[in-house]
Amino acid sequence: MTQTDYTRAAKYFLLADIFKGFQLGFKYFFSPKATVNYPHEKGPLSPRFRGEHALRRYPNGEERCIACKLCEAVCPAQAITIDAEPRDDGSRRTTRYDIDMTKCIYCGFCQEACPVDAIVEGPNFEFSTETREELFYDKEKLLDNGDRWEAEIARNLELDAPYR
Amino acid sequence: MVEFFTTTNLGIVLTILGQCLLILIPLLVALAFLMYADRKVWAAVQMRKGPNVVGAFGLLQSFADFIKYIVKEVVVPAGADKAVFFLAPMITFVLAVIAWAVIPFNEGWVMSDINVAILYVFAVSSLEVYGVIMGGWASNSKYPFLGSLRSAAQMISYEVSIGLIIIGVIISTGSLNFGDIVAAQEGDWGILHWYFIPHFPMLFLFFISALAETNRPPFDLPEAESELVAGYQVEYSSTPFLLFMIGELMAVVLMCALVSLLFLGGWLSPIGFLPDGILWLVGKMAFCFFIFAMVKAIVPRFRYDQLMRLGWKVFLPMSLAWVVLVAFLAKFEVLGGFWARWAMGG
Repeated sequence: MTQTDYTRAAKYFLLADIFKGFQLGFKYFFSPKATVNYPHEKGPLSPRFRGEHALRRYPNGEERCIACKLCEAVCPAQAITIDAEPRDDGSRRTTRYDIDMTKCIYCGFCQEACPVDAIVEGPNFEFSTETREELFYDKEKLLDNGDRWEAEIARNLELDAPYR
Repeated sequence: MVEFFTTTNLGIVLTILGQCLLILIPLLVALAFLMYADRKVWAAVQMRKGPNVVGAFGLLQSFADFIKYIVKEVVVPAGADKAVFFLAPMITFVLAVIAWAVIPFNEGWVMSDINVAILYVFAVSSLEVYGVIMGGWASNSKYPFLGSLRSAAQMISYEVSIGLIIIGVIISTGSLNFGDIVAAQEGDWGILHWYFIPHFPMLFLFFISALAETNRPPFDLPEAESELVAGYQVEYSSTPFLLFMIGELMAVVLMCALVSLLFLGGWLSPIGFLPDGILWLVGKMAFCFFIFAMVKAIVPRFRYDQLMRLGWKVFLPMSLAWVVLVAFLAKFEVLGGFWARWAMGG
């Protein structure tokens, strides 16, 4: 009992903890930094990353979505709104495909539900806007996203395919 | 031309103004980079990079912050005592600046070479608590008030031990003038003549008291952000906040200068054959500041009762005992006047 008290007192007056702290501090002072310079450097993303939504097309330019409304049905946040009617050539297509990105919880259920891989969540996460209205995506915006991110989306789907 | 500056009233006033600017401008510029260095050291210990965007390696970060502070809106809380509210940061800033009037940067490079210089610095630094108390009280808000109450007790407690430590150095020197104190540390053996050897434990006591005196971690209770948000600075914004910040940092640098002058030989070179000069003093101050910054990064905050206990029950008895011991060692010229430089003709 007394022994430990003496040791403690000696440590206290010799500033043992402070010197140990300095030692540790210097160790980290010279160690490689964990910082990622975000806008210039970016961390790695998984192929399963669920970012901004996109509507894809077939290679011939035909849009994939057949307006089955499975995504609308499965969406837990009810962020998706779809209207559909037959096109002039008789094929069933959407006339309206809206996603309210402010409601979306990025669960990925729409992507899972889609039988034709039309609606997907791409790798883009930098789509912040200055107004709320800009986040109410319509069909045109989603198809545009699909065209812009097709290369990355296709690659990610291919990489993830063995695990599905 | 020389006569105009030494004899006429206008000339003397102009000379003094020039000297003020000559100290103030390099000091404020240095402060900007010390602020940056502080943040860089803090970041490095936490394995971050710190500011690195504004200018090369982020060197201009402090200047960007400066512009940000002065263009922001000054918010005055409802119910604040406006006069005192704005007086407080000014007092902090002015008191932090005027202490530099007696700090010598090299042999004879001092604005006002008074013979009670160290007493003057001590008096000014004890007045600094008023800025904090007034700021906390005038804000008419809970956290600032609590922060300023803490600060009052803390700064007074540690001033006692700082004063006693300084007395030890004064006994050894036989003078209150900084020039004499540094001159007493001069000798053929360079670093071996500095006061940190005869007054070894007091170097650490002084440094730790300086941390408490300048509200630096681990004694940053007046602005403990986890309990008091930012203490007495909560209600301040824009330029008044900037003044508080500059004043605090200036006090830190002043403490670095004091440690360098009192214990580390001021502008004397550590090795006999190298020339003395201002660069040595600047280097020593930079070293002290680096240690200040490192301490900030590695220590947790003291609890309030621990702080008071350390001040009154550890530092006060130790420094008091040291004063008595040094007085005897100096009086009887132990080790050929190792503690009594006046006896050696130093």
